Amino acid sequence: MIGNLDHSTLQQLWWLIASVVGSLFLFLTFVQGGQTLIFTLADSEEEKSLIINAMGRKWELTFTTLVLFGGALFAAFPLFYATSFGGAYWVWMLILFTFILQAVSYEYRKKPDNFLGARTYEIFLCINGSVGILLIGAAVGTFFTGSRFSLNLYNSVTWHTPFHGLEAAFNLFNLSFGLFLVFLARVLGAMYLVNHVANEPLVKKARKATLLNLLLALPFLLIILISLVTMDGFAVNPATGEIFMEKGKYLHNLLGMPAVLILLLGGLISVIYGVVATAFLGKNCGIWFGGLGTVLVGLAIFSLAGYNDTAFYPSLTDLQSSLTIHNASSSKYTLTAMSYVALGVPFVLAYVAYVWKLMNAEKLSLAELAGEDAKDMY
Amino acid sequence: MGDPILATVDWARAQFALTAMYHWIFVPLTLGLSFLVAFFESIYVKTGNEEWKKLTRFWMTLFGINFAIGVATGIILEFEFGTNWSNYSWMVGDIFGAPLAIEGIFAFFIEATFFAVMFFGWQRVSKGFHLFSTWMVAVGSNLSAVWILVANGWMQFPTGMAFNPDKARFEMQNFWEVALSPVAVHKFTHTTSSSFLLASLFVVGISALFLLQQRHQKMARRSMVVAAVFGLIASIFVAVTGDEAAFSAAHRQPMKLAAMEGLYVGQNNAPIVALGIINADKKPGDDQPAFNQAVKIPGLLSLLANRDLNSYVPGINDLVFGNGEHNIIGAEQRMVTGKIALAELAHYKYAKEKGDAAEAAAALAIFDQHKADLGYGYLNSPAEAAPPVAITFYSFHIMVILGALFPVIFLLVLYFSFKGTLEQQRWLNTACFFSIFLGYVASQAGWVVAEVGRQPWAIQGLLPVGVATTNIAASNVQITFFIFLTLFTALLLAEIRIMMKQIKIGPEA
Repeated sequence: MIGNLDHSTLQQLWWLIASVVGSLFLFLTFVQGGQTLIFTLADSEEEKSLIINAMGRKWELTFTTLVLFGGALFAAFPLFYATSFGGAYWVWMLILFTFILQAVSYEYRKKPDNFLGARTYEIFLCINGSVGILLIGAAVGTFFTGSRFSLNLYNSVTWHTPFHGLEAAFNLFNLSFGLFLVFLARVLGAMYLVNHVANEPLVKKARKATLLNLLLALPFLLIILISLVTMDGFAVNPATGEIFMEKGKYLHNLLGMPAVLILLLGGLISVIYGVVATAFLGKNCGIWFGGLGTVLVGLAIFSLAGYNDTAFYPSLTDLQSSLTIHNASSSKYTLTAMSYVALGVPFVLAYVAYVWKLMNAEKLSLAELAGEDAKDMY
Repeated sequence: MGDPILATVDWARAQFALTAMYHWIFVPLTLGLSFLVAFFESIYVKTGNEEWKKLTRFWMTLFGINFAIGVATGIILEFEFGTNWSNYSWMVGDIFGAPLAIEGIFAFFIEATFFAVMFFGWQRVSKGFHLFSTWMVAVGSNLSAVWILVANGWMQFPTGMAFNPDKARFEMQNFWEVALSPVAVHKFTHTTSSSFLLASLFVVGISALFLLQQRHQKMARRSMVVAAVFGLIASIFVAVTGDEAAFSAAHRQPMKLAAMEGLYVGQNNAPIVALGIINADKKPGDDQPAFNQAVKIPGLLSLLANRDLNSYVPGINDLVFGNGEHNIIGAEQRMVTGKIALAELAHYKYAKEKGDAAEAAAALAIFDQHKADLGYGYLNSPAEAAPPVAITFYSFHIMVILGALFPVIFLLVLYFSFKGTLEQQRWLNTACFFSIFLGYVASQAGWVVAEVGRQPWAIQGLLPVGVATTNIAASNVQITFFIFLTLFTALLLAEIRIMMKQIKIGPEA
């Protein structure tokens, strides 16, 4: 069946697959959000250890999902990979630096003779959770606001600002996007703590933190939503492939793709319900509503950027250099081969879910952290 | 700074080499130690002996410390293909991206999922499931090696693809040719078996240190026996797969083989240089001797390359300037063909832009006749087709000499273990400890041979590194190079210090 799909359908399918992976990554940034709560939520070393150990048992999943997101984009949309990573050099490099810091910080923080001291590694975790996520948000924001690059006849990219991607962080929309993701990650991190930690004082503070961080996220969400429905967008003429500016393009996309509108509204409602359930109803399952909502919002955002004849990586320098899911994609053969490979994804998700259930069957307690198996680990 | 493009590519190469070499400090230990930990835990589960559990947990702790920084440097490598090799990413992303994505789907998630169980699941899952998880971490780590080495193998021996002139890129035509390329198979078997060897040296060496210090002797002896058996078996595989890799290079990357042996002038009954000092001033085509001093064993290179002592092995000069007698087309002639291909590709694109179908078709026809040497068209001189000979030669010989030493160490450890006198052999235990360092030297040297030996190509024969790089000012890459250098070095120092402390604490921790 996959072999019979035409190139255009495969391109759309792979934008969906990449969007699902990207959206799952956004959900899993609860780890990063949790890392930023170390200094605002924990009043003692024990509470700090509980937060770090709760997040530390999931950091690899987030990290791996980010790697897979990159790999999927490389395989399916190599021109995006080449253009964005090669052009917006500094924004991606800074994101990567923060992820190096994260990976080692969990393993090294509690080990004796760890060279930099536990607090340094805690600061590293906080930097990853804040700066890293902010820059990822700013980079995704450029899907709507565009970047200053051009491609030559051989699709070789030239970036037209000396800041190589850092300029994205100085645009209100992109900055709002980044800050929204930072606070959303904190909401999710607090929800995860409520769900997984057996420590009443910490859980009580985490419940409050979900509400506080949602309120902090709201102004940025409003800026994003208002901008999206009012801004001009980068449209593609499907017959000629010509890119042109269209007034209210993303509003048109929302109205033209009701399913995306439902995803967006449903996702936001789900996140808000997750916070209400956690902060006011005393429930522990808020993370699942928050997580589902985040995935739905992520899917809506990526759909708005890539579907309905839209250029998902627009160029402000040369409109015709803008990338669409059609001109940036791999060949039909590669997308077909990769689609067969993607049939393994449900199996992967199934064993990840099974192991998650096994490992989270019991809440994390201070008693466990003091035990032989967890002592001095994270 | 000279030519800015040249400066950028040089810094991009330096940064990528830096990241890859740091990455390769940690990865081979992960690949091999994961299996050794799985062996130890299997013995624990089978015997129920708590001492084996303690032993397992000790090596697992060292595994965890090493694993994290391997993961961190790995993500940088993946994204550096985009940041530093942007043109490469576009020109071959259609082929190269697939193995990376498959690695993510089928290998990294196994590692990530079961790593948490391995370290934190002792009380949360059954003993059997914990053991299963430990094995899955080993399998996942090595599966990731499969796919990244498929990708690397394709760069060394591009296959299963065709050039698309409309897109100006290479596109995949046959997934299985890419995935099962003989070079990919050799790369995987040689790389993983050498990693098992290195991890065995690590376990044997640290255990030998315990014996020298007269601490944890029972645990040390047990660890040494298991690791020495694993290391000895791995050594045999390293030798066999190394021989296969050299045979493969002779037929698919003859320039690399010539550089590995410093062979400038091709000959029958070609010798292997057992020991030699390269003449640093020697250039392709000149009359200077290749070596200042050399001890050669006649015929062995011919045997290695063609399984025939008297066969002809081409030298660097033959591959650069051609050799009509042996039907070897040199880089010099290929450059002429390649430049025609490049000119006609540009002509084709121009004709298409202006809508002249007939002119475009004519240009395309000429391009098709010459496209096999497309990559050579980018070279400025034929001598550029030769890699740095001295680095390749010395790295290859260091790797081989050390590779021959390690099985001797494993054999001696096993011999004295079975005699029950291992603790008394202070000289051997000292040698075992220092062999850890030598194992890393050999492992790094192996990758230097593989990567420096294929210069100037990012994709063998198709895409030189100078074209593959990102169009970015060199100053950007210089800054990130030094940031990486500082960061990686600090993290390496931290790792070494933490490891040394854990070793000092020992398995009772």
